[in-house]
Amino acid sequence: MIHFAQVSKYYGGRGVIEDITLSIEQGCFVALVGKSGAGKTTLLKTINRLIEIDSGAITIDGAAITALPLASLRRRIGYVFQGIGLFPHMSVAENIGLVLRLQGTVAPPERIAELLELVSLPRDLADRYPAQLSGGQAQRIGFARALAAGPSIMLMDEPFGALDPVTRNALGGAYRALHDRMGLTSLLVTHDMSEALLLADRVIVLGGGRILADLPPRALLQYRGDESVRAMLDCVRDQADRLEALSRSAG
Amino acid sequence: MTELGVALPDLLRLVQAHLFLSGSAVVAALVIGLPTAIMAARNRRVGAPLLGLISLLQTIPGLALLALFYPLLLIAARATSLPIPALGFLPALLALGLYALLPIVRNSVAAIRGIDPALIEAANGLGMTGRQRLWLVELPLGAPVILAGIRTAAVWTIGTATLATTIGQPSLGDLIFSGLQTEDWRRVLVGCVAAAGLALLADFMLALIEGGLAARSRWRLGAGVALLLVATAATFLPIPNATQSKGTARVIVVGAKNFSEQYILADLLETRLRAAGYRTERRDNLGSAIAYRALAAGDIDVYVDYSGTLWADVLRRSDTPSAKAMLVTLAHELARRDKVRLLGGLGFENAYTFAMRRSRAQKLGISDLDSLAQASSKLRLATDLEFLSRPEWEAVERHYHPAFRQARAYSPTFMYRALGDGSADVITAFSSDGRISAMDLVTLGDPRGALPHYDAVMLLTARVAQDDKLVAALQPLIGAISIETMRQANGMVDRDADKRTVEQAAEWLATKMVKPNK
Repeated sequence: MIHFAQVSKYYGGRGVIEDITLSIEQGCFVALVGKSGAGKTTLLKTINRLIEIDSGAITIDGAAITALPLASLRRRIGYVFQGIGLFPHMSVAENIGLVLRLQGTVAPPERIAELLELVSLPRDLADRYPAQLSGGQAQRIGFARALAAGPSIMLMDEPFGALDPVTRNALGGAYRALHDRMGLTSLLVTHDMSEALLLADRVIVLGGGRILADLPPRALLQYRGDESVRAMLDCVRDQADRLEALSRSAG
Repeated sequence: MTELGVALPDLLRLVQAHLFLSGSAVVAALVIGLPTAIMAARNRRVGAPLLGLISLLQTIPGLALLALFYPLLLIAARATSLPIPALGFLPALLALGLYALLPIVRNSVAAIRGIDPALIEAANGLGMTGRQRLWLVELPLGAPVILAGIRTAAVWTIGTATLATTIGQPSLGDLIFSGLQTEDWRRVLVGCVAAAGLALLADFMLALIEGGLAARSRWRLGAGVALLLVATAATFLPIPNATQSKGTARVIVVGAKNFSEQYILADLLETRLRAAGYRTERRDNLGSAIAYRALAAGDIDVYVDYSGTLWADVLRRSDTPSAKAMLVTLAHELARRDKVRLLGGLGFENAYTFAMRRSRAQKLGISDLDSLAQASSKLRLATDLEFLSRPEWEAVERHYHPAFRQARAYSPTFMYRALGDGSADVITAFSSDGRISAMDLVTLGDPRGALPHYDAVMLLTARVAQDDKLVAALQPLIGAISIETMRQANGMVDRDADKRTVEQAAEWLATKMVKPNK
């Protein structure tokens, strides 16, 4: 379980996240949504301390995240982001095996093949270099690299943001299946409300550094509170309605 | 071999010395520069002023930076009372190392800062420590840019290392500087071509490594590294020395300042010492003031200086006593101050003397410094590089009040040329210079005695002065060289036609020695 107790982060006197208290159960898939500047990426990165908080406390399974050395904490948490960040001077296999290498072990070829299979890529990709991959393949490798050391928590910051819609849809579905199969705790930052509603168990809507809504997708669709949250939901509904109408007129 | 103006083994030895010096300087700059750059790249508050400071060092002319290390090291040696050598390899290494710092640091900082931020985020997010990020990400990805900086540093250093000659460190500059003095353009050309060739070779090797890294080509990387290893090995390969005797006696270091007469006399001293069974080494092209201090510090063992120079530079005297009184005082004072032994005069003077072309002097009716001063407002003066800042010039101004239309400093070779091609009317010639008779110059009298005597004298360190056999080997030179003989020997080396090498002139001089008439 990840627990936030009155967590705040300020940049130049302005609160990016303010007084957040929140618990995330093990095995839960949480989507963090909100407009740009809502604080969703900041909240995500406080967990693996890519951003240090100014006040409050964060614990994982009861232990403060500051209790472990920084590198050890990060090696136990998978991290995937929009920039992907595959190292161009390392082969696919070397990229995937990197966290194990940082811990002083070597990933055997079977383990690399297994991880490639996990993200639905052929084994013979192992010897290629990142420049030879498509965007979708590269981000699948990004997921394989994050999962290689067997983390129980996955942090994802707009991981599908740079991909085309078809790849994005396929990769989102594939990851959800992995989440269930491996019993992961997942946090996904996205600005796409429909992606959040379709993938997550729980959607947290942030605005101005605070939690505006925190509900399962089905319940969120019934939400009648904060206006900006309703506007985001209306947008999704409106698109769905127009598509429905379009297909009916075509039929 | 003489077609090149230098014997092949000597050339190869200079190439080795040049490579060793440049290589050491670049390695030293790398060892200091890379960690500095890593620190500067990570901490901008430290980085900006640090880069500024290193850029500032770069604006100091190479020659000045080399020269500045001499007093700095003297002070350091005095302050710590450690035997820190102020001449030769150490100051050259320090100056060249500093010079090589800028391209290495600037490129390394740019290389590390220029890495895609997504890769840094990935490195941090995966849990790399700072050190792991450096070795696994920043250095491998920055390597091509860092190597480009090392290439620039290597090319600069190999070029600048030619200046190390001026502070007594052998390099290809030996050929350039001595060639310039003796107007042996073959030596200048050989020195330049060899230095340029080394620079190109170093550039090529490092380009291979750089390209090999960038393209992940093991073949090119391997070839570059192999060449680098071969060059390193070649630097340490022993070269047989045909001219040196094989005795086991200790090495005597013979010094010379930066003009033909000094080379010839140093050669003469060396020949006599070798004949007496000593092994010798040379430190050529020492600055006029540096040579004496090098002797006092024990960096060289023996050289020839001039009484007037020592009188003004070492004793800081501006009076002009008789030649004999001057020698007696000098012998006493130098022994007292620095335990230096003035062995005796060679028999001729190499004094500063104002000289003009005969026809011009006659036309203007100039015969001495008095008449020169009267006509000086129409005349242009050319001097050697130091005269205008020497006490002799002050003394001339004090006694004769000249006001030249123009006064310019040249390296001695070009000072004579300036008189020859009409861009100067008067020069401060050297009385033993072969060009005085060759160019049919008149030397102007000094009725008020402003200019001191410049007897050529042999100076020895206390260490070698105690060696009776060595003193006996040099003793016959006392009073043995006449001004006319010295002028001829100098002329052989300096003239344009039928030029002789320094070695040939020294051999000839040895046959013309006269028995001193006591």
